[in-house]
Amino acid sequence: LSARAATGAAPTGAAPRSLEQLLAAKEIAVCCGSGGVGKTTTAAAAAAMAAASLGGKVLVLTVDPARRLADALGMESLGNREMRVPALSFKAAGVECRGELWAAMLDTKQSWDELVTRHAPDGVTAQRILGNPLYQNVAGRFVQSHEYIAMERLYEMHSSGRYDLIVVDTPPTRNALDFLEAPDRMADFFSSRLLRWLTVPTRSRVVNLASRPFYQAADRILGSQFLEDIAEFFLLFQSMHDGFVERARAVKRLLSDRRTTFVVVTTLEAAPLHEAELFIDALGGHGFHLGALVLNKMLPAYLLDGAAFQVAERFAGPRGAEVAAGLPAEAGVADQVARVLREVGESYLNFAVVAKREAEQRAELAAAPDVVATVPYFETDIYDLAGLLGLGRQLWTG
Amino acid sequence: LSVDLLDRRLLFVTGKGGVGRSTIAAALALLSAQNGRRTLACEVDAKGNLADSYEAPPTGFKATKIQDRLYAMSMHTEESLKEYLRLQMRVPGVARMGPLAKALDFVATAAPGVREILTVGKLGWEVKERHYDLVVVDASPTGHIVGQLTAPEAISQLVKVGAVRHQTGWLRDLLKDPATTGLVVVTTPEEMPVNETIELVGRVRSETEVDVAAVIVNRVLPELFSHSDEELFERLRAPGLAPFLAESAGPGVENVMEAARLAVTLRRTRVGHLEHLRAALPPELPLLYVPYLFNRTHGLRATAQVAEALGAELGH
Repeated sequence: LSARAATGAAPTGAAPRSLEQLLAAKEIAVCCGSGGVGKTTTAAAAAAMAAASLGGKVLVLTVDPARRLADALGMESLGNREMRVPALSFKAAGVECRGELWAAMLDTKQSWDELVTRHAPDGVTAQRILGNPLYQNVAGRFVQSHEYIAMERLYEMHSSGRYDLIVVDTPPTRNALDFLEAPDRMADFFSSRLLRWLTVPTRSRVVNLASRPFYQAADRILGSQFLEDIAEFFLLFQSMHDGFVERARAVKRLLSDRRTTFVVVTTLEAAPLHEAELFIDALGGHGFHLGALVLNKMLPAYLLDGAAFQVAERFAGPRGAEVAAGLPAEAGVADQVARVLREVGESYLNFAVVAKREAEQRAELAAAPDVVATVPYFETDIYDLAGLLGLGRQLWTG
Repeated sequence: LSVDLLDRRLLFVTGKGGVGRSTIAAALALLSAQNGRRTLACEVDAKGNLADSYEAPPTGFKATKIQDRLYAMSMHTEESLKEYLRLQMRVPGVARMGPLAKALDFVATAAPGVREILTVGKLGWEVKERHYDLVVVDASPTGHIVGQLTAPEAISQLVKVGAVRHQTGWLRDLLKDPATTGLVVVTTPEEMPVNETIELVGRVRSETEVDVAAVIVNRVLPELFSHSDEELFERLRAPGLAPFLAESAGPGVENVMEAARLAVTLRRTRVGHLEHLRAALPPELPLLYVPYLFNRTHGLRATAQVAEALGAELGH
């Protein structure tokens, strides 16, 4: 081991650690990171590469309804049901796909309805819950419901046994811990004393508590009818208690399982990077497996070239005119050439500052996992599977 | 502009994650204070971005002074509830209302609109009581802003009687008055944020009564060349002249030219998204542009630069 550390070389016969190797070993990869870093695209690109080169059935589960992702995958639209990305799309992109790529989008409301239908003790109760106006309002936002439902769907897909690998894109969270803690919170919620208090048969609660100032105040503020509505809603939900708690624990176990890995996606901008670091810490704290860090939208290395920097400084400064004067006449009017070179020089200096800052941020990155994949800044947007696979190849080897 | 942005009383600032919403909100509040208005900046999710933008100590529910005329606070729903009970419900002994606060916090977790109404209600109260000339809210991201702005309606549908229902009336009046309240949508000239902005503006106009006051495009890259200068630039890169340039300028010049080509391409892709944005938004809706800051992306320096750029856009 020390020899390996000293030479930096991989042990004989083993490939250097890469995203490819990581995904070959795992059944679930959870992509996380703050908004705007390219999480959805990264998840889709990684899944497409896995399907193409590792083979097997690969599912990408996204929470982003982005029209473009569906387009890029060559699909009409993405829905809650998994759909296979046509093999022809891979052919059109010039890639022979060894396996199958499937895609699905997370529809929170529909997923909740299915969950209720599954866990309600009987059809009548299920219908009462689904028809409850409070439930209909709540289904989209119930106790970090988005985070929980993403993990819940992941569990469902995994336990269906239909896929070799599931790559999941996580919803943007207010804080990184939200969805890691979502299963625990869901279990806590159903076991909480307050829920039990609210679901004590209505009559006895009113008799017991009517004299208490806080019930009086609650009544004055919200009206007893609303409190009763809430109580009834929770009473119905209580009937699903055991199923829910058990399920939330199973989801938690799956996230901690050795077959599951987390891929943290970030750019080298200060704010997303800070969030990525918090996330890496949180994963460790929860005993989850941090598999890889993806540094997305990296500026080209030539922006750090010292000789280029000197040229740019010359172009931007008073001596830029000398360079212009040294060029043949067909370059153009000397003043105009000097002006263009000044713009060129200033632009380089501007981007070089950003590149230097980001290089420093990267160097300061404390606890990085073994696999760090870097993806260059793509100058144009990704519109098709070919573009997605182009990004994927960078991920795979970078 | 029908109503000057800073002449309104309550501005909600929203935007997709990663577009710089907090910086824009902080800069708008700073600009407003610099223009002589007593201003409150409030962050809705307690991430601490607002304090970072001003390089101030962490903000709390009680507003703290940042500089002349500028105050900052963070929303805290439980504190908001306590204040509401004390000031508006005259519920005695708030200190002993722990169980109620807990019960309502619990209800707020599950019942739609409760958390949102405590947020919007507190901010509306500050406006109604004229504690500030302008309240700028670093609000929820695009996915949640419609829920936040329609909280009073949601509550009045669910709660048929009681004091809360009475409170929603004045709040709705305040939100739907364009002279008072406006929504500012922050975006960047990139594909996803632009599409999300177009979709959001449509939703806000059809599902809420709140006026969309402006769209602010953040991180706009500078235009490098005029048309004829770009032709000259391409000539300099072409095989005919490139060797002369290399000789005259020295090693490294290819990288400098390549970087300029990258800048031109990036700018061009973004201009395409901006044109799409302008064409898809109602023509009367103002678009304000904030340049990409190469040197500092966050902290007080960045906030001040963004405020300056916004001031120039608004003609101050």
